[in-house]
Amino acid sequence: MVTPARFRFRQAIAGSVVFLLLIGFPLVVRQSFHIHVMILVFMFGMLGVAWNIMGGYAGMFSFGQAAFFGIGAYTSSYLSIAYGINPWIGLIAGGCAAALVAAAIGYPCSNLRGHYFAIASIAFAEIVRIVFNNWKLVGAAEGLSLSMQNESFANFLFNSSKLPYYYIMLAFLLVSLTVCYFIATSKMGYYFRAIKESHSIAEVLGVNVVLYRLMAIMISAFLSAMAGTFYAQYILYIDPGSVMLLATSIQIVLISMLGGAGSIMGPVIGAVILIPASEYTRVSLGYRGTGADMLIYGLLITLISMYYPEGVWKLFSRMGRKLR
Amino acid sequence: MKANCLKVAGLSKRFGGLAANNDIHFSVEEGEIVSIIGPNGAGKSTLFNCITGFYKPDSGKVFFYDRDITRMRSDKVCALGIARTFQIVEVISDMTVLENVTTGTLLRYHRIKPAMDKAGEILAFTGLAEKKDFLGTELTIADKKRLEVSMALATQPRLLMLDESMAGLTKVELREILDLIRKIRDGGMTLIIVEHVMEAVMQISDRVIVLNTGRKIMEGTPKEVCSDREVIQAYLGEKYCAIVK
Repeated sequence: MVTPARFRFRQAIAGSVVFLLLIGFPLVVRQSFHIHVMILVFMFGMLGVAWNIMGGYAGMFSFGQAAFFGIGAYTSSYLSIAYGINPWIGLIAGGCAAALVAAAIGYPCSNLRGHYFAIASIAFAEIVRIVFNNWKLVGAAEGLSLSMQNESFANFLFNSSKLPYYYIMLAFLLVSLTVCYFIATSKMGYYFRAIKESHSIAEVLGVNVVLYRLMAIMISAFLSAMAGTFYAQYILYIDPGSVMLLATSIQIVLISMLGGAGSIMGPVIGAVILIPASEYTRVSLGYRGTGADMLIYGLLITLISMYYPEGVWKLFSRMGRKLR
Repeated sequence: MKANCLKVAGLSKRFGGLAANNDIHFSVEEGEIVSIIGPNGAGKSTLFNCITGFYKPDSGKVFFYDRDITRMRSDKVCALGIARTFQIVEVISDMTVLENVTTGTLLRYHRIKPAMDKAGEILAFTGLAEKKDFLGTELTIADKKRLEVSMALATQPRLLMLDESMAGLTKVELREILDLIRKIRDGGMTLIIVEHVMEAVMQISDRVIVLNTGRKIMEGTPKEVCSDREVIQAYLGEKYCAIVK
């Protein structure tokens, strides 16, 4: 008999083992490309976790997360280029900027649910992308290039190795998982799930639906923007065509849904499966120009959605279902 | 003299050309069970929605313990102490029974643990304790309705408004829910009930309010309502009145 306490203990053990393996991974596997793929896994894992807070828990299916990602990337990069402001401060500034924009667009959308919210989120993200594409101050379509001078942790800049980026992104992912864990196990998480079920049921339970929806959107935007700043500091070049793409927004939703929306680890599992699948097929098959890589990637998505429509995470959690 | 729990004064609500509620007056004293009956489309659910802030009435006032709650947001109405259920049962489907009720108790608690303990007490009171780990979707209709009542109680209201909590139940289930309602009233709560199951209404109500085409056509004890010609014509039919007399 597996008791809840023993189940939690096993989870803790498994979590610690995975964490130690991740710490050790880049010390054993030295090829830069593998490390790059892992960094992308962490980054999309974080974007998935951020999406999950508003999409999986609070039921707001956003197809516009790339806008928050891009706002984070642009805020820290612009502050750094124009005013020489440290990217770590830019990281927080970007998060705040994205959260403010999220509140400004989220408030008038307070009554939108389901596909209407999804459509509005696409429109919002496209407007943001087009604005940045034409905004001379931030480089318009040419984007912004960041300086490669003075590599150091304090400057959030490393030229000689990917390792620091790997560990920083891993830390960011853990931060977002911690935030999600505290939300899921607090009053906020219960209220988000009530709102996801229906606005009227949340209201009769005394939930201020508008306020809690705004909180979900703002937290999600803040975390997505953090990932955006990371991306800017990692690639050192951003333009609307790379950080504000609808395709990125869709990929974030796919990762979260296929991994398991509404569970803490689901989006991370999704990123672990889909990002390497997409990167390795692209590298090994993409050069032929036949689209074979996209075929395999598409097949994988189809298979998961056929056999695990509620997400791969269900596989792991089925055992613990009765023990919650 | 008992305190005035709810007072509705001249309440009207129109949808386009249709007057769903037309100049409705009534009041409910603390500790009473008042039923609202009437044919489909009489405006019963609209009245519920106007009182609980889901609709904004066009004119008229609603007072809860002498406090004006007209057009107040529904979650604030709930926080002040009016809980309600819906005609079509709503529970949070991916939560267990205990979690569903905990979501309600969290209105008065900020931490999960005490909220969950309180939810456990409520489930023991409503007789759902054994099913606390079932998912909302796994329950029978009768249990879902019981859960919905538990969730309403979880917000610790002073006035409980039930919208057709007895429709579609078997005789045994009906008796159980009537016992529960009496138990809730004995705990000092005031209840307003919208119901079509006349047998239950006549047994349990202190007073009955009859609506027809958006207007209040009659108000009185179950006996008085049953002997009123207009009510019989509009809604009851002869059969039910024979039971009461």
